[in-house]
Amino acid sequence: MSRKPYVREISHTTWYLARRRDLLHMAQEVTFLFIGIYTIMLLWGVKALSEGPGAYQVFLDALGSPLVIAFNWITFVIMLYHSISWFSVTPKAMPVQIGEEFLPGGIIAAGHYIAWVVVSAVIYYLAGGFNG
Amino acid sequence: MARSNKPMVWSLFAAGGTVAAFVMPVLILLTIMAGYGQLTDSLGYEGMKSFASGWMGKLFLLVVIVTCLWHAAHRARTALHGLGLRADKAVAVIGYGVASLGSLLAVFYLLRI
Amino acid sequence: MTQRTVELSILRYRPEEDDKPWFQTYQVPCDEDWVVLDAINYVKDHLDGSLSYRWSCHMAVCGSCSMMINGDPALSCKTFIRDLPEGQVRIEPLANFPIERDLVVVMDDFMEKLQRVKPYLIRSTEKPLEEGQHLQSPAELKKFKQYTLCINCACCYSACPQYALIPEFIGPAALTLAHRYNQDSRDQGRDEREDVVASNEGIWDCSFAGACSDVCPKHVDPASAVQQMKIASTVDWFMRRLGLGGGKS
Repeated sequence: MSRKPYVREISHTTWYLARRRDLLHMAQEVTFLFIGIYTIMLLWGVKALSEGPGAYQVFLDALGSPLVIAFNWITFVIMLYHSISWFSVTPKAMPVQIGEEFLPGGIIAAGHYIAWVVVSAVIYYLAGGFNG
Repeated sequence: MARSNKPMVWSLFAAGGTVAAFVMPVLILLTIMAGYGQLTDSLGYEGMKSFASGWMGKLFLLVVIVTCLWHAAHRARTALHGLGLRADKAVAVIGYGVASLGSLLAVFYLLRI
Repeated sequence: MTQRTVELSILRYRPEEDDKPWFQTYQVPCDEDWVVLDAINYVKDHLDGSLSYRWSCHMAVCGSCSMMINGDPALSCKTFIRDLPEGQVRIEPLANFPIERDLVVVMDDFMEKLQRVKPYLIRSTEKPLEEGQHLQSPAELKKFKQYTLCINCACCYSACPQYALIPEFIGPAALTLAHRYNQDSRDQGRDEREDVVASNEGIWDCSFAGACSDVCPKHVDPASAVQQMKIASTVDWFMRRLGLGGGKS
């Protein structure tokens, strides 16, 4: 009996459309665009800051344009999702063994969430966000 | 099989992901508020200049910009490969090139504040 | 025992007759407590003796009966008919492997990769017989116990998007097996495995999609093993560059 194994080909460009899990994974990977563009925006802000009040005002005005505001809101939601998923996988990548047992992942994640809230609050406070 | 040099970029990717996870949401929120014209004292020219004049402010901005650029560059590699683009070397060179350039520019501009 | 007639749509492939695979449907009267494997066995026993498939223990410990059920890799002995949505049940051979015949896939690549990571205790210093056995505390055992539970069903390879796109990728089960030995206190072979594990086709082809852990029927969590190795290998890489050596993590 001769063998003739059959290889099932998959599309390199549309494979992720077949399963929801794969689609979500690719969606998360594609968010590189948002974080990349936002970081370049920060860099532009630093550049403007180094060039003086005139240049910085141009930057601030651009921040106020509808397109930029919309982009930033979208990026905000995306980065919220990034934070949540990042903190949920960190315990898996860095297990902490105390004695015989491992610290439950939920505790490590909770620690991250608390730190996240604290860091965010401190930054928000330093930026005067709590001054009304 | 030779050991990969990916750890070099992966460590930056992991650092960027961690930094982004902790500070990006609040930073983006502040950026939006600045765009709405709020918090003019702290996010206006004078406020930001005094923040970025100190070494801590410079360090904070540098760490955020550099790590997040490299995070995006490395994720771009896997994303584009997953979308069917078979040009890993080119994507890596361009992506890391942009990240490198951005990192250098960040240092350059921060030093001038 | 109530019965429900379920329509199975099974991907057939007979190398001596077919150029490509095709679906064949069967109407199977299923009992309430049946698993998919029971339905397939019914087909073989009563409807179509030509259907080929692997199975053995029927209790989710041997890993033989893995296949695609409604598009997801699973053990057919662990998938209950009553848990599946109404309508046709689509059954195909495990994805990302060549089809040998019907639901039987060619597992050679999987087998080769399991061996490539040197899945056995490696000692740099042999313990003399007079010194007795290797003693291992419960805490040391717990460190790698979870990763010993793999039953080599290869569901993770079917779910892994990177293995689908990059056939050279060593894959979740093989890498997890390497981690199992790296974490074993009796083992001294991490450095020896590192050439395979830390290669581009090893842990660095993993994009942390996590699909492997999602589908693993034994909850081994291969994704966590690979991420832990990424961190250990990165520390290792920097230590070597800094001339601080790099040994067991």
